[in-house]
Amino acid sequence: MNSQDFQLFGDIVRTRSGLVLTEEKIYLLESRLIPLARRRGLDSLEALAAEVRRTKDERLLMEITEAMTTNETFFFRDTRPFDTFRDVVLPQLLKARAAKKSLRIWTAACSTGQEPYSLAMLLKEEAAKMAGWRVEILATDLSNEVLEKAKAGLYSQFEVQRGLPIQLLMKHFQQVGEMWQIDSSIRAMVKFQPRNLLEDFSSIGQFDVVFCRNVLIYFDQATKSQVLNRVYDILAVDGALFLGGAETVLGICDRFKPVEGQRGVYTSAESGLLAAAG
Amino acid sequence: MPSCLIVDDSKVVRMVARRILEDLSFGILEAEDGKSALSSCQEKMPDVILLDWNMPVMNGIDFLRTLRGSKEGEQPIVIFCTTENDMAHIREAISAGANEYIMKPFDRAIIEAKFSQVGVL
Repeated sequence: MNSQDFQLFGDIVRTRSGLVLTEEKIYLLESRLIPLARRRGLDSLEALAAEVRRTKDERLLMEITEAMTTNETFFFRDTRPFDTFRDVVLPQLLKARAAKKSLRIWTAACSTGQEPYSLAMLLKEEAAKMAGWRVEILATDLSNEVLEKAKAGLYSQFEVQRGLPIQLLMKHFQQVGEMWQIDSSIRAMVKFQPRNLLEDFSSIGQFDVVFCRNVLIYFDQATKSQVLNRVYDILAVDGALFLGGAETVLGICDRFKPVEGQRGVYTSAESGLLAAAG
Repeated sequence: MPSCLIVDDSKVVRMVARRILEDLSFGILEAEDGKSALSSCQEKMPDVILLDWNMPVMNGIDFLRTLRGSKEGEQPIVIFCTTENDMAHIREAISAGANEYIMKPFDRAIIEAKFSQVGVL
């Protein structure tokens, strides 16, 4: 791929998603965009670049962005954040919100839905402690295509075997041909919405917990800082932010502080609630 | 070093699983059917058993029931690893005492995920 085409695709993706494509990601660009080009009857990435320059079709530009930002995920990814949520964050929030009996959780960049459904299954397992509670899980992603898959809750045999304990498969899934579908009662616990983290998301309201994992790593420093500051604005002061294992707020947004002893969990620098857990 | 007994009548499957599990620092034992797996367990009980379902001489589910009924047979973690990929087989395996269940084909990611779920990784 020539450098002008690489820059063209890089600019499209960065301005629409914040994802920064460095030269070593050329292989990713090729593996993701060649199938897209073929679907449009184009035989190369040069032809796709020419099509972009000729038509400037926003739908095509979004398709390119979505193809580059769709990331593989799996149920209970990394395990530990879900244990921390269940054992540390949830008990404290259940105490703190005992009068209101309401909890709002946002999974930003939810991809094909494994993260919000993992949380939904986990909350269902904790149902005995949450009688009478109203729990809302909002799951958002830039890509409409992945959100459609997420809403359907249909996963391949491969997907249900990465991270999902067999007991939960037995309890919450039905076999549909070669696929496995998560039960409607779990699907009903999650609301999916298209949303771009680069755009203002203040209208989604305030949340008690935000999962924004393995997203910031793709952004440049300025974008990371903007997104974290906007997440801070919608997170309750005693709420918790979960980031991916390779992500941090340190040196990027000093309004958050790490929760001591809980890797990847952050809370407001002013909060005393979760700090007590450390 | 934890030990894992791979029970499968396919030499290729045993080789692939061995390669993955040796990388994950398991000491490997092999058996090609349920009966020889029982002999291996009587000699020395492994920490984990990766168990195929359909095998000659003695199949996986009969092996598991016999194992769980035997002295110290409750100890090993048993992970089924089979082409039987329907809910009825999964339920039967779990109620016979399996700890986890892998539907073939498997890869390194699945093995790692399942072994980690049962707490041996």
